[in-house]
Amino acid sequence: MNSKDYNPTELLICSAARLMTDNSTAFIGTGIPMLAASLAQHMHAPNLVTIFEFGGTGAILEKLPLAVGGSRTFHRALAASGICDIVETAQRGFIEYGFLGGAQIDPYGNLNSTVIGDHDHPKVRLPGSGGGNDVGSHCWQTIAIMRHDRRRFVQKVDFITTPGYLTGPGARENAGLPAGTGPYRVVSNLGIMGYHPETCQMVLLATQPGITVDEVLENTGFEILLPEEVEVNPSPTTEELRILREEVDRDRLYI
Amino acid sequence: MEVIQSGEEVLLQPVDIHAFREHNRQKPKGLVNKLMSEREAVSRFIQDGNYIGTELYGSVRAPMSITREIVRQGKKNLRLAGQGVLEADLLLAASLIKMLDITYIGLEVYGISHCLRREVESGRIEKCVEWSNAALAWRFKAAAMGVPFIPVKSMLGTDTLKYSAAKVVKCPFTGDPLCLLPALILDVGLIHVHRADIYGNAQIDGISGFSAELARASKRLIISAEEIIPTELIRSQPDRTIIPYYLVDAVVEAPFGSHPGEMYYQYRRDEEMIKEWVEASKEAETTQAFLEGYIYGVDDHEAYMEKVGKERLTGLIVEHPRRAS
Repeated sequence: MNSKDYNPTELLICSAARLMTDNSTAFIGTGIPMLAASLAQHMHAPNLVTIFEFGGTGAILEKLPLAVGGSRTFHRALAASGICDIVETAQRGFIEYGFLGGAQIDPYGNLNSTVIGDHDHPKVRLPGSGGGNDVGSHCWQTIAIMRHDRRRFVQKVDFITTPGYLTGPGARENAGLPAGTGPYRVVSNLGIMGYHPETCQMVLLATQPGITVDEVLENTGFEILLPEEVEVNPSPTTEELRILREEVDRDRLYI
Repeated sequence: MEVIQSGEEVLLQPVDIHAFREHNRQKPKGLVNKLMSEREAVSRFIQDGNYIGTELYGSVRAPMSITREIVRQGKKNLRLAGQGVLEADLLLAASLIKMLDITYIGLEVYGISHCLRREVESGRIEKCVEWSNAALAWRFKAAAMGVPFIPVKSMLGTDTLKYSAAKVVKCPFTGDPLCLLPALILDVGLIHVHRADIYGNAQIDGISGFSAELARASKRLIISAEEIIPTELIRSQPDRTIIPYYLVDAVVEAPFGSHPGEMYYQYRRDEEMIKEWVEASKEAETTQAFLEGYIYGVDDHEAYMEKVGKERLTGLIVEHPRRAS
């Protein structure tokens, strides 16, 4: 596919969908994660179970929810409970993937969605943690979906709303967060990032189609690690785009 | 227990389980008719300076008719459990909030809240104490359990914890760091439900959000219901009663009480009206004009429904095969 044949949102959705595996559980928020989950269900992961914060488990996403507690988050679902049950389920280790977003991310995957500037006298007051901190604390593997520029990929976030690897190896465990959890991938419009197994710092794994490694470096406000070979993330396929446009988001609410 | 770290912010509401027990002891346990108007419920049970909380979420099963009445009566210097969308936005728009325990206030798919930005960035809101979504729900749960705190694994290692009033202790059983969340006892809780009887037995369909916890964490509880039903119907399906009568102080009949949000199995959200609010809320002046048009300028929920238009409201109704009360 030529990059003119799809838009940046479609690229993010297709990239995120490919990261989800069948017969697993994913903590889903509104927006791109939801579309990615729905696309994954239509493609390679028909038994992916979506879990929504306010109680929906296993919904069939025939129509896309507009709110995390909306009726579509438990449309033909397997269970409808409440927020304590859902986050306690994550706290018990049942939820594999969690999706996150934010205004800023740092090399360790820490995310800010609380304030730009000083907390008590902020330049911009953002919405706050919401479920972000809970997802980033308890899910086994978290995937951040971000727009990629130097204001968003920063050396130090103004406020750590949601924990990534904090200050590096062992920091999550030392803080008391569940062992073996943490950031797994960052999906951006410029690339797919992972984390170095020893230093826990962000590594560029693949560039998005048509994007050079230099463009990623120029748009990242910290030194992103480069492996010997940076792959190119395959473009969205005709089939992915067809399903996305004709089945996942028929009403074009998001794409 | 050894305290490893203390959140630097203050508790906006004291953790006084003893006073809560005494309060609960005094609440009437008989079956008393609590049906009243929004106006009476808000004027009797909410005072200036109270700590209040709403459930579920501003565009979903939210007590919007009660919230509009709070704005209409101008209850001020309120402290708010800040998890919300449209309902929190209205209270902020009218500058009624003095302090926030905040987890999320925003407009979901429509982005960040302009009212929150104006109120916080201008300093009119004196305190923002940070929490996660589950942390606030768990704080209600602790109060509902009648205990002063609840141990959890959220918030650890972050600025969210640093700017909260939580504490980190060394777990006496495992030795691991553990986050203790203080119980949050509300002066007044507000919940919108599908149906209730005149005594306050309230039933919710679909996801229950944090209604069970918030109801049990409230000193005074105002329930608004789409429909008031006979107690016999409650008794025919008691498994659906999330909130038993003795928790409740006021029952308000409010058809379309969640408008412009949705009420699952009953009506969908009014997207046009939500967009109208999103647009209006961008500037202080247009915000006030919206409040004038839909709140200050109408007497009550009945007049609001007339203003919105019965036909428009009826057009939002959805059919669900299973539901019947």
